[in-house]
Amino acid sequence: MAEVAEAIAARETAAGSGPLVRVKGLAKHFDVSPPLLTRVLRKEGRTLVRAVDGVSFDIPTGRTFSLVGESGCGKSTVARLVVGLYSPTQGEVVFDGQRLADLTSRRQMAPVRRRLQMIFQDPFASLNPRWRVADIVAEPIRAHGLLDDNRAVLRRVGELLEQVRLSARDGEKFPHEFSGGQRQRISIARALASNPEFLVCDEPTSALDVSVQAQILNLMRDLQRELGLTYLFISHDLAVVYHISDYVGVMYLGRLVEWGEARDIFRKPQHPYTRMLLDAIPDLEMSGRQRIPVAGEVPSPIHPPSGCHFHPRCPFANERCRSEEPAPTPSPAGGGQVRCHAVEEGRLTEEVVQSELRRD
Amino acid sequence: MSPSDTPIQDRAPAAQAAGQAERSAAGKPALLEVEKMRVEFPTRRGTLVAVDDVSFHINEGEVLGVVGESGAGKSMTGSAIIGLLEPPGRIAGGEVRLGGRRIDNLPYEQIRRIRGREIGMVFQDPLTSLNPLYTVGHQLIETIQTHTDLSESQARKRAIELLAEVGIPAPDRRIDQYPHQFSGGMRQRVVIALALCVNPRLVIADEPTTALDVSIQAQIIKLLHKLCREHGAAVMLITHDMGVIAETADRVAVMYSGRIVEVGPVREVIRNAKHPYTHGLMGSIPMVGHDLDRLTQIEGSMPRLTEIPPGCPFNPRCPKVFERCRHERPELIPVEETQVACWLYDENEGATANGGRSGSHG
Ligand SMILES: Nc1ncnc2c1ncn2[C@@H]1O[C@H](COP(=O)(O)OP(=O)(O)OP(=O)(O)O)[C@@H](O)[C@H]1O
Ligand SMILES: Nc1ncnc2c1ncn2[C@@H]1O[C@H](COP(=O)(O)OP(=O)(O)OP(=O)(O)O)[C@@H](O)[C@H]1O
Ligand code: SF4
Ligand SMILES: [Mg+2]
Ligand SMILES: [Mg+2]
Repeated sequence: MAEVAEAIAARETAAGSGPLVRVKGLAKHFDVSPPLLTRVLRKEGRTLVRAVDGVSFDIPTGRTFSLVGESGCGKSTVARLVVGLYSPTQGEVVFDGQRLADLTSRRQMAPVRRRLQMIFQDPFASLNPRWRVADIVAEPIRAHGLLDDNRAVLRRVGELLEQVRLSARDGEKFPHEFSGGQRQRISIARALASNPEFLVCDEPTSALDVSVQAQILNLMRDLQRELGLTYLFISHDLAVVYHISDYVGVMYLGRLVEWGEARDIFRKPQHPYTRMLLDAIPDLEMSGRQRIPVAGEVPSPIHPPSGCHFHPRCPFANERCRSEEPAPTPSPAGGGQVRCHAVEEGRLTEEVVQSELRRD
Repeated sequence: MSPSDTPIQDRAPAAQAAGQAERSAAGKPALLEVEKMRVEFPTRRGTLVAVDDVSFHINEGEVLGVVGESGAGKSMTGSAIIGLLEPPGRIAGGEVRLGGRRIDNLPYEQIRRIRGREIGMVFQDPLTSLNPLYTVGHQLIETIQTHTDLSESQARKRAIELLAEVGIPAPDRRIDQYPHQFSGGMRQRVVIALALCVNPRLVIADEPTTALDVSIQAQIIKLLHKLCREHGAAVMLITHDMGVIAETADRVAVMYSGRIVEVGPVREVIRNAKHPYTHGLMGSIPMVGHDLDRLTQIEGSMPRLTEIPPGCPFNPRCPKVFERCRHERPELIPVEETQVACWLYDENEGATANGGRSGSHG
């Protein structure tokens, strides 16, 4: 396919010229204030949700960067910012050297749109119920004029459906005729249709049984190897993240608290939150054990705690943690970065950690 | 190392006490009984059978996990039990009994009332259960008031409590927001709160924890256990997450192509899977610390409903297939504590059967 060959050529020239995706100081605040009259009556000010609060990371071409963290910590918001579906309150997203914010007209945006695609967390909401599956999957191909012969379009749609383990003949059906996991696969097929270089996958396999999940993850890996795709991956399943990622970023209440190579983070987590998160992994080998949930109250992004956002739940918090926001510092365990005063001060010795986190 | 090689500690005594033997010994019928249920979809292309002769029961205080291939009919089974199949889907055979009373043939008004008071349903798609035009609080309060005698302000208080129980931070402020202002996992938890707000006797939870991180998952699991212990509720928990199954379920049913192919106590099914499909499923689970280039997958895909092969539906993908599998349909056969629909376990299969039981799988 000429389209693919072209894309690969473009990528090869780009290779070595730095990351494909660069996120710098990204923030997104949502205004969720009640109506003005209510505010006046209740004598309240505006209410802001600080969903994302100063996030920076790079994704090298052909690599997978995963975001993990509690429900509501801002992962999907980062994903939507990165593909340009939200505009940032602060900071910027740079794709292949171009700032998304500079692409103001449709004409400037269209070629970039083709190159970055998103698989949404909610596959139901993202499929038009009145369209046949073939038209849903063909939409990006037609919109970007990738193939003009209708027979070729349908052939490509058939290929895509089979890639995600559906049948080419499923194209004639409507989304409601499929199960949850089958619909998720339709949205994966659609995302792959425009031969994107960068795929943002928000919980792409969470509705799938483990055997279909294995097929999809293997497929994603094959595509990455053959076409050099770059992924931003979001999943709460840490085993899946371990398997698929080159880099991992751990988010807590709108901020990245630790990021670096996946193997380093899983083997030697530094930030107290990362340690707790990994301790809470459910384990088939431990069935019957009651998992230790990350202790303490889940804080709200409407009134984030001062200083380090994690301090109210952190066993190592001190006065500095309560007042001063920790800056990124190199991780003692490898090439990554950590935002934690205790790590920076070298307070988290093995003994200290053992006695606080592993208490039975 | 496959999960079936690893010893699993026995389940907590509380869970075991609620087990099947004690209950049936007391002569009490299971809270939910499903017998030979069949769900059909008449379509232009002929009649599709989405659920084919499925039988199972759930006791009071018990959690039945339901796992299986995507498209196997898990959600359909759940919707059929509570009379919420979307037309043209219909129950074409069998019976469903709740507390000994048949509920699959009731007039609409009656089943609706039972659904509201006695059954809590968590749908797989949280958005379909939430109305985007109303605040989360409005929807919770309305549901609570429909089914209880609480006043509006009491109902609001209860709604805030429920949001806190499912781990929504600042629930007193969040309650007045709209569903789209919640994250995916927060919406899922609102749906759980809606399903549990009237302390139902039967909870059908379809993928209730898929969008949730591990620690919120643990919290929801605790909530379900509490409902079982304190209110004797029966829970049908449909999920792909084997970790959640291992921690929550007392028994597990494995579905493939509209049928139950294996059902038994959770530790048996996880540690000592018998059906070749269950085996493949367990082998596909990724694990932290296992560095694999490719995950093990079951080759091929589940047959379309129009093309279910004769005999055992798994036979085209089965590594242990033999002649009989291609012609004769296996029914559930008791093997140790489990029941398995696989000819490998038929007494008359002699040598082959032993091959299957000795478990050269993995
Ligand atoms: N459109 C919006 N308006 C107002 N608040 C929003 C909006 N979208 C997200 N939020 C809020 O921003 C925060 C982060 O949400 P986000 O969806 O990014 O979380 P997440 O990490 O993806 O969580 P999950 O794992 O549950 O999907 C949440 O508190 C959420 O309520
Ligand atoms: N309206 C419909 N018309 C025709 N077939 C349908 C319809 N709805 C569902 N099906 C089919 O019925 C089968 C069972 O679907 P069901 O939703 O119960 O699967 P499931 O086991 O819940 O899968 P998942 O894990 O993916 O949610 C699927 O093969 C699906 O394609
Ligand atoms: S019959 Fe074969 S295909 Fe089926 S269940 Fe048995 S071994 Fe399988
Ligand atoms: Mg999300
Ligand atoms: Mg389903």
